[in-house]
Amino acid sequence: MDSDEEDFSYEEEDDEGDDSCDFGVDADEGFDSTYDMPNTASGADDIFTYEVLTPDTIVSYMNTIIDEVDAVFQLTRPVARILLGHFKWDKEKLLERYYCGDQEKLFKDAHLVNPLAQSTLNKVQRLSRSNSGSTSSAFCDICLQVSTNIQTFQGLECHHEFCTRCWKEYLTSKIMDEQKENIACPAVKCDILVNETFVGRILNDQIVKRKYHHLIANSFVVNNRLIKWCPAPDCMNAVKASYSDANAVTCLCRHEFCFGCTEPVHEPVNCSLLKQWIKKCNDDSETANWISANTKECPKCQVTIEKNGGCNHMVCRNNSCKADFCWVCLGPWEPHGSNWYSCNRFDEKDSQNAREAQNKSRSSLERYLFYCNRYMNHIQSAKLECELEAKVVTKMNEMQKHNMSWIEVQFLTKAVKVLSMCRNTLKYTYVFAFYLQKNNQTVIFEDNQKDVEMATETLSEYLERDISSENLGCIKQKVQDKYRYCEMRRKVLLDHVNEGYERDFWEFQDIP
Amino acid sequence: MAANETRTRRLHRELQQLKTNALPGINVNEDISTSSLETWVINVDGASGTLYEEEQFQLQFKFPAKYPFDSPQVMFVGSNIPIHPHIYSNGHICLSILTDDWSPALSVQSVCLSVVSMLSSCKEKKLPPDNEFYVKTCSKNPKKTRWWYHDDTV
Repeated sequence: MDSDEEDFSYEEEDDEGDDSCDFGVDADEGFDSTYDMPNTASGADDIFTYEVLTPDTIVSYMNTIIDEVDAVFQLTRPVARILLGHFKWDKEKLLERYYCGDQEKLFKDAHLVNPLAQSTLNKVQRLSRSNSGSTSSAFCDICLQVSTNIQTFQGLECHHEFCTRCWKEYLTSKIMDEQKENIACPAVKCDILVNETFVGRILNDQIVKRKYHHLIANSFVVNNRLIKWCPAPDCMNAVKASYSDANAVTCLCRHEFCFGCTEPVHEPVNCSLLKQWIKKCNDDSETANWISANTKECPKCQVTIEKNGGCNHMVCRNNSCKADFCWVCLGPWEPHGSNWYSCNRFDEKDSQNAREAQNKSRSSLERYLFYCNRYMNHIQSAKLECELEAKVVTKMNEMQKHNMSWIEVQFLTKAVKVLSMCRNTLKYTYVFAFYLQKNNQTVIFEDNQKDVEMATETLSEYLERDISSENLGCIKQKVQDKYRYCEMRRKVLLDHVNEGYERDFWEFQDIP
Repeated sequence: MAANETRTRRLHRELQQLKTNALPGINVNEDISTSSLETWVINVDGASGTLYEEEQFQLQFKFPAKYPFDSPQVMFVGSNIPIHPHIYSNGHICLSILTDDWSPALSVQSVCLSVVSMLSSCKEKKLPPDNEFYVKTCSKNPKKTRWWYHDDTV
């Protein structure tokens, strides 16, 4: 295979880019980079980069942004955080709005009391209160109790004060029951937000405090366009990208997903079509399709009928209907007489329309099933691949007993990896093809698809069956040739699809 | 637990307040209210000079365990349900302070006042436009409805 040299040059070039905690096999790493090649080549200056954030780094990253803003504004960090949250953590937007707009309105929209205007006022009020505080008593609007100990009363900058015990219960119920990190002052019609300094002062239960900080970190990730939680179950990490795009990212937990939609990597189909497809597969629209393709309605009472044998003379079972009609043309039975087979009602307008509508839904169902079957087939194969991986490991051990070194048998790991990559890509080519409108380019696409499909199947066959201790030398050559071929053809297919996206070859049909 | 204790103490105070600082036209139905701390019924009179003058209504309050941090379930009960664009014929009330805008600083008395003022500002007695459909399909608990507050003027 003359592609060999090319492939290897890729692998060596990009070896260092990725995380290096794998098996230390260069081939393994190189694959991801070839994967990104079309993007980096076309995107020129804005290269997609990403990093994985652990729970600790999420918080420290959030704090860095807060500190940056705070350094400019010289307000307090909690105020900076609430402002940032209001702008979905878009620092530039906040800075722009802060310096080129009505600040009073900005604070109001962010549910804050303007700290600039308030600082003087605040002192006066505090002072007056502490003067009279020793003699007077305070009334808490929540527990409706009068307290002579005014020290237990606290409030935000809006000066709505409540007793500490009610504050504690209020915050706890908001945090633990409603899972809210944006908590408003409990006073009627007051929307001023509680900040973390205040929460820290009121609460002393560590569990609630931790939950509160967790909610803040979550809202930081969820509202930030450039950060996504890793969707793997029980994974606490998030991924931060240089810009939001449908690119493959790999979390530290080794889960790989599309940054655009957090589904598994789904080249060549794009995020929105994939979303449509998943919805189509999940809802029961296909049940309705099956019904319309395999059943007919009684032409008189519209009850649904499935014919499971017998002659074409139908008598509706519906007691109040009992219509006689012909299954073939759906016209009334009477004119058919005794010789139904020479169904002379064939050109009747109504029955023709009924048949056409039925044929249409039948063919659309067939089309869906065609693509769905192939899609599901690759999902099934991917499941079996887990077993294959284990099998390959035993094979590798076996081969090492037959005069092969560890490094010499690594081609098998690589072959399994390529196989799984190809299957994954093939799986999504069927989703892509399902929505595709036929044109000249789709013929090329289908040829590419067929080629990868065949090569992948052969590779799979080699790995499943054909390796035995006798033919090691020659099978190694065959497997290597085949996986390099697969890899190359897969890249050709994806490049062609990407080129099509860029140059608008593809027209998609709207399939409900 | 503490939450329930808070509720008990607060409801006792509210009851006291309703009796000592009674507002005209808002009276606790003592038989029903004192026997249980979970469900109260308040008699509300239509304000004079409004469409509901001379009418009497009954407002039912159910208090969840987390009251006052969680909002009470409030609806009209009894034979006379006011006809109003924000009150469904099954007694459910579309009023934002009862769900989204609830604040623990609100009380039974202030809720009653809001309801009376909502009645008073009504200019034409008519049912909500989607009354028939809503009454057939809604949950028994008005708090389960995702209210969509559209009109602040009535």
